[in-house]
Amino acid sequence: MEIILDKEKCTGCGKCVESCPFGALELQNDLPKTNEECRLCGLCVKACPENALSLPEGAKKKKQRVKETRDIWVFAETRNGEIASVVYELLGKGRYLSEKLGQKLIAVLLGSGVEPQAQELLNYGADIVYVIDHPDLKEFNEKRYGAVLIDLLKTNCPHIFLAGATARGRSLIPQLAAALETGLTADCTALDVESETGLLLQTRPAFGGNIMATITCPDHRPQMATVRPHIFPKPQPLPGHKGKIIKVDIEKQLPDDLEVTSFIKTETEGPDLTEADIIIGVGRGIKGPENLKLIEKFAHLLGASIGGTRVVVDAGWLPARCQIGQTGLTVSPKLYIACGISGAIQHIVGIQSAKTIVAINKDPDAPIFNVADYGIVGDLFEVIPALMAEIKKRRGEEN
Amino acid sequence: MKYIVCLKQVPETEGVRINPETGTLMREGVKSIINPYDLYALEAALKAKEHYGGQIVVISMGPPQAEEALREAISYGADEAILLSDRTFAGADTLATSYTLAQAIKKIGNYDIIFCGKQAIDGDTAQVGPELAQRLNLPYATYVHKIGIKDNFLLVERNLDDGFQTLQLSLPALLTIVKEIGEPRVPSIRGKMRAKKVQIPVWTAQDIDAKAEKLGLSGSPTRVVKIFSPPSRGEKEIFTGKVDECVKKLYDKLENVLG
Ligand SMILES: Cc1cc2nc3c(=O)[nH]c(=O)nc-3n(C[C@H](O)[C@H](O)[C@H](O)COP(=O)(O)OP(=O)(O)OC[C@H]3O[C@@H](n4cnc5c(N)ncnc54)[C@H](O)[C@@H]3O)c2cc1C
Ligand SMILES: Nc1ncnc2c1ncn2[C@@H]1O[C@H](COP(=O)(O)O)[C@@H](O)[C@H]1O
Repeated sequence: MEIILDKEKCTGCGKCVESCPFGALELQNDLPKTNEECRLCGLCVKACPENALSLPEGAKKKKQRVKETRDIWVFAETRNGEIASVVYELLGKGRYLSEKLGQKLIAVLLGSGVEPQAQELLNYGADIVYVIDHPDLKEFNEKRYGAVLIDLLKTNCPHIFLAGATARGRSLIPQLAAALETGLTADCTALDVESETGLLLQTRPAFGGNIMATITCPDHRPQMATVRPHIFPKPQPLPGHKGKIIKVDIEKQLPDDLEVTSFIKTETEGPDLTEADIIIGVGRGIKGPENLKLIEKFAHLLGASIGGTRVVVDAGWLPARCQIGQTGLTVSPKLYIACGISGAIQHIVGIQSAKTIVAINKDPDAPIFNVADYGIVGDLFEVIPALMAEIKKRRGEEN
Repeated sequence: MKYIVCLKQVPETEGVRINPETGTLMREGVKSIINPYDLYALEAALKAKEHYGGQIVVISMGPPQAEEALREAISYGADEAILLSDRTFAGADTLATSYTLAQAIKKIGNYDIIFCGKQAIDGDTAQVGPELAQRLNLPYATYVHKIGIKDNFLLVERNLDDGFQTLQLSLPALLTIVKEIGEPRVPSIRGKMRAKKVQIPVWTAQDIDAKAEKLGLSGSPTRVVKIFSPPSRGEKEIFTGKVDECVKKLYDKLENVLG
């Protein structure tokens, strides 16, 4: 299928060639000609001042054969208008995949007043950024975001689509996968691609992290995955990397069966647990809420966030959103310091992808020592103050 | 009001391991439980029923023994249970599961709220709920911890990574539920009696008018190509003895992160 040109109307002005983000149009004898890069996206049709171009019948509905799909897409999640840190991690990984496959890296940015952020996505390696900027997209709303993205994905049919395995990503992306009737792998911790087949190798923990599984999606496109934050490194910006920003208009009525009536940001001292570099985990061993003072001082010194076991949450010492484990959050900080935590499997599953686990427990047989990289057998009420003093001393700070 | 709760029977995570010789999953002798999040979903439905009246129907797709889980749900106070069980359902990923559940729910009909757990602890995908909502073309909210109904709208509060949203959904709608909804109640004596006697119908692919190519393994776009044990964590050291010595040694190991 090819773009249809009305030669009578065409003036050879070349506006279509400029409009094409894929370099799929050239002027030959003053007439535009498409090459194999054309995705029938229709941007040139809109750009033509003479209405000389049109999409072939059924181009939008065309069921793309698996071979014809192209490009690595990244969902540029925002929080309060700021790009979520996992997006940079995905751009880094996406760049690697796109270079391996010889395809483009495309970011898609939704929100209200988010357009200024698009340049940032180009700086970190996107070749194209689709921006859908609309007042009705101000608050994260699965139905509205879904409606916009489903249309965009149906028209462009990417080869791979990645999003962060954050609360927003894990809620929104399954809707897209169901609408496109394709596979979706949740919460991946490793990704690679086979250059010959173009198959995305998606690795994730299963059965509470006891097992790792590698999953592919051979016959459906896009290949979709959500990726656990904090696993891939944030890449360096690419100076001089050039790309295009494309604004996409919303032409249809957005759904109104789901309305966001308010958003209340939680005020915590450190970053969200899912984004924190250092987390201090507290268990029953801290004895009571009055001892959180000590933990807070420790957290402050390290710039850490505080989480805990179910026991601590059920006792009301920490709010429920701080629970880590099977019925709480999964975290992947650089450093997890477990203080007075026994190491029940239901807690461990939530911390397994931490880079380094340190345990402080007075019971040498506590199971937490089986998973810890480093540990101190001792009373946390002695160990923590001593450790704080040591840190201050080595940093050259006053005690 | 009619509430539907989607509930899955799962192996207790603790037991599942890989057989080091064959590289296959060892699930033998592992106890089956109701997915803990689905008990929160059931609890949410029971709370809704207390406030707004109505009937609770619990459904589960699984092998014949998943009937136990459904009986247990009846003991907690669900009114009816339906088991979706057919050889062709086996090997379903989330896309095929959501299709099967959607077909069954269409057959049940006339529902107001569908409750799912946040995620199932065997797969941890959290995808079935939103996929099911899309298939039924319903508004949905995930990570819900508070529910109310007013003027035919569902008002909910839900968690995001960095805060809380309050949402208004038109009915019917689908919710996925987290722990903060409140601990599940204990089954009553009356519930336990009912659970023993209640008839649990079994629906097959034919009963739910399902297309064979959308079910089970054939309806699942994803393939597991490899399973393996997680890599071991590398260097390891546990310090014992005098606290001052221990913290010095620990600091040396963590200098990059703590310094
Ligand atoms: C279905 C289900 C889901 C669950 N989900 C979760 C979940 O999501 N998250 C979770 O965390 N748990 C969960 N649990 C609970 C889990 O099984 C454990 O009960 C819990 O993690 C134990 O918490 P803890 O380590 O704080 O307490 P304990 O097991 O009581 O351990 C306290 C530890 O502190 C040590 N200690 C005491 N005093 C000191 C001191 N002065 N100095 C140093 N060490 C000290 C003790 O030696 C002990 O090892 C779940 C359980 C079930 C059944
Ligand atoms: N086989 C099943 N039968 C009934 N409900 C299910 C099934 N699988 C998943 N669910 C529901 O979907 C939720 C999310 O599951 P998952 O996407 O597998 O993590 C669960 O908490 C259940 O409410």
